[in-house]
Amino acid sequence: MAEDKSNDILDEVTQSEYKYGFYTDIEMDQAPKGLTEDTVRFISAKKNEPEFMLEFRLKAFRHWQTLKEPKWAHVHYPSIDFQDIIYYSAPRKKPKYESLDEVDPELLETFEKLGIPLNEQKQLAGVAVDAVMDSVSVATTFRSTLEEKGIIFCSFSEAVQKHPELIKKHMGSVVPYTDNFYAALNSAVFSDGSFCYIPKGVRCPLELSTYFRINAANTGQFERTLIVAEEGSYVSYMEGCTAPMRDENQLHAAIVEIIAKKDAEVKYSTVQNWWPGDKKGKGGVYNFVTKRGICEGDNSKISWTQVETGSAITWKYPSVVLLGNNSIGEFYSVAVTNNMQQADTGTKMIHLGKNTKSTIISKGISAGRSNNSYRGLVKTTRNAENARNFSQCDSLLLGDQCGAHTFPYVEVGNRSSIVEHEATTSKISEDQLFYCLQRGIDMEGAIGLIVNGYAKEVLSKLPMEFAVEAQKLLSISLEGSVG
Amino acid sequence: MPELTQNITSEQMMINLFRENFDAIVASEPKAITALREKAIKEVEARGFPDTDTENWRFTNLDPLFHAPYRFDFTNQSRPFDIDKIFTCDVYDLDTFSITLLNGWYVYQNAPLTTLSNGTIIGSLAKAMEVYPELVEKYLGSAADLQQPSLSALNTAFFQDGIFIYVPEGIEVEKPIQIINIIDSSEPLMIHTRHLVIQEAGSKLTLVHCDHSLTHNISLTNSLSETFLEKEASLDFYKIQNKGRNSAVVHNAYFKQKQNSNLNSHALILNGGFTKNMINVELEETEAHAVLNGLYLVDNNQHVDNQLFVDHAAPNCLSEQLYKGVLDDEATAVFSGKIMVRKDAQKTLAYQNNKNILLTDEAKANSQPQLEIYADDVKCSHGATVGQLDPEAMFYLRTRGLCERTARQLLMYAFAGEVVQRIAIDPLRERIDQLVEKRLKGELSICDQCVLHCNSKEPTVFNIDVSKL
Repeated sequence: MAEDKSNDILDEVTQSEYKYGFYTDIEMDQAPKGLTEDTVRFISAKKNEPEFMLEFRLKAFRHWQTLKEPKWAHVHYPSIDFQDIIYYSAPRKKPKYESLDEVDPELLETFEKLGIPLNEQKQLAGVAVDAVMDSVSVATTFRSTLEEKGIIFCSFSEAVQKHPELIKKHMGSVVPYTDNFYAALNSAVFSDGSFCYIPKGVRCPLELSTYFRINAANTGQFERTLIVAEEGSYVSYMEGCTAPMRDENQLHAAIVEIIAKKDAEVKYSTVQNWWPGDKKGKGGVYNFVTKRGICEGDNSKISWTQVETGSAITWKYPSVVLLGNNSIGEFYSVAVTNNMQQADTGTKMIHLGKNTKSTIISKGISAGRSNNSYRGLVKTTRNAENARNFSQCDSLLLGDQCGAHTFPYVEVGNRSSIVEHEATTSKISEDQLFYCLQRGIDMEGAIGLIVNGYAKEVLSKLPMEFAVEAQKLLSISLEGSVG
Repeated sequence: MPELTQNITSEQMMINLFRENFDAIVASEPKAITALREKAIKEVEARGFPDTDTENWRFTNLDPLFHAPYRFDFTNQSRPFDIDKIFTCDVYDLDTFSITLLNGWYVYQNAPLTTLSNGTIIGSLAKAMEVYPELVEKYLGSAADLQQPSLSALNTAFFQDGIFIYVPEGIEVEKPIQIINIIDSSEPLMIHTRHLVIQEAGSKLTLVHCDHSLTHNISLTNSLSETFLEKEASLDFYKIQNKGRNSAVVHNAYFKQKQNSNLNSHALILNGGFTKNMINVELEETEAHAVLNGLYLVDNNQHVDNQLFVDHAAPNCLSEQLYKGVLDDEATAVFSGKIMVRKDAQKTLAYQNNKNILLTDEAKANSQPQLEIYADDVKCSHGATVGQLDPEAMFYLRTRGLCERTARQLLMYAFAGEVVQRIAIDPLRERIDQLVEKRLKGELSICDQCVLHCNSKEPTVFNIDVSKL
């Protein structure tokens, strides 16, 4: 009964968007349902985009029409009706709730466990916040620090208006619109996202986070991020948030592109905790993301760290193209699936340059009736002399109803490369559990402890403030999986 | 002798060929088998052949293989024939019960079906369909998956002959049975052989399957074997392939294992132009064990693709895969091994390992070790490595005064040794050991196996008309 009730509340919260007014003037600021060339033109016009953007979108759209929805991933879901989606809505201007009292108590409880400050809680849940709220002032000081260094960090739409030459040069250069079905779709209809440009030789003094960008709250379902790190620069970028994000959009198809020039380093951390649907697998977000970075110059480095706990279906492979000699690609991932969640995630490391190195550490944890797959490609071409890869993909199974799968692809094209892949699948060892239990830790606590220890290698790669929250998040995601 | 034309799809060519020669193919076989063929050809029609868009076939393109003016034998060529005239096995001390397939047809000295004193039946599948229709009907086609992206359906539609072995309950066949599969044709030849091995409860068998080609002519062998291991049955299976560069082999082996049964499979590929070996093991009942070993040493532009699928459908089973390869020149190797652990297959132990050494920059290795696991109380691991010889080991040997060439050979020999040492038949292991050593020294080519010993490294076409021998 209790479960049903909480499900009702969940449903209520997730659907409440429609009840409490999205935006009053619907006729004006919402594209009609469905996707046609007119929709694409409508979006471009609404955003007042220059001609080259419209052309890019139209090319992508025409290409998308020739593509078929891919089916190869190890996930199952009813097929998506792409004509039944609203591809453009004006950003929300009205808060969802007037006070925290109206918010789903379960959500508040989670916030409490994560230790999120009250004001942040309000913002995350969509409650109206005072104009003098802390984070806004933080954001303002934050911006001026960045401007001093010459760093551009703004929304994608803003960048299109203010820095069209940079966008024109780099957009689509890592993930072309022809890349895959969802990349084409995103290129045609992307709503907004972030743009980040680090000039030559600049070391970004702060961890950049979308959270600090004031207008980042509602970027819509087709997000697009572009990060350009010029020669010798460094940036650490954080995406997402540990708090559960309620979202009315079922389908999310984002693109992230990273370009690292000579000697540049980009560190990209993600914590993804979209709504995973209820315990019976009803609802939840489909997260189909194309993330790719290119180590364009020599000695450059791109590092992906991700903690994936949300979404009904996750389908993403943050990749690195190692073009420059001596460049380095890293991928650290923890993916947790519980209840009916399905995740098919991993990475691609494409070694093109000489002496390139890549490391893949992936930790999958499956519980409930979920399915968790690692799928990864390591490829070295003929010219990638002395390329080196080490991959380790471990899966942990909690319960006998879930699945853990590993699908690595190793393709080696020259003799001086060394590629190693290893993977293990097992359940939590009885000995470890027994040890914790006899020290007086309860079952749930013990599992949380062991899982955190298991994922530590990856969590330690996260920026500090993220890491603490991510640890709590892991325990919460697995709540109720014991028994 | 029908020939294939170029302007239609390979699938359609084969379907037409099937329809045109339906009467000859079906001959006087049991109705159930004909029905199975009909079903299979419908699968070919519906699904086509796997192409490079098909998972597990991404690096292996079948299509060009079908574009040759192949000759087919649809009328029964199974006959008495003294194989010693054209072939002698060079594993000298190997005491085996030897049976031969020539161009896909069973050739024999005495009779097409022999019953040993212990009740074991060995012989031609075509003959077995006549003599033991009930036994064949019960098993044939029950392991092969016609819907799998492979040439299983094509084989099922076209097969006419192959090996039939039946080992009764509790019988231990003392001598290894050696199957010698010889291709000898002056024209391009396509054959579809089919083998059926039934081992009743508690029986024991050692099978040595050797693939040879005597000419350098183009050939395509699409073979399929189904092996049934009843309770506590045990099989040691060796497949040794030493074929010409123009030969292509697509082999699909299905093993079904009952409780406590034991399978030890060794695939040794020393030479072969194009090889796609698929092994499918289904561990149907508890405590079944399957060990799959493989070694491939390829050079020139040879292509070898090993695809393994081990299905743990019952608890407490064990499986192990160890495949190692050395790739020289422009050779390419593909390994895709999948372990599937079904929901109730608790206490499964499954290991998988694929190691490759690339000797040149032109060689390519693709490895896909996959785990698909739906049970929680399991221990599964897999690993894949691609690299070169350990520089430290090389250095060590060099400091001991070995020249670079010898040091390399020694290390490669040791690398291959891990698989060779698992061969349980002593004379065979010694012979394979020698072959591997020779092969790594570059002294073994397909000509070593050829009885004509012409010392020519160039492909030569010998106009031997087998029918007149």
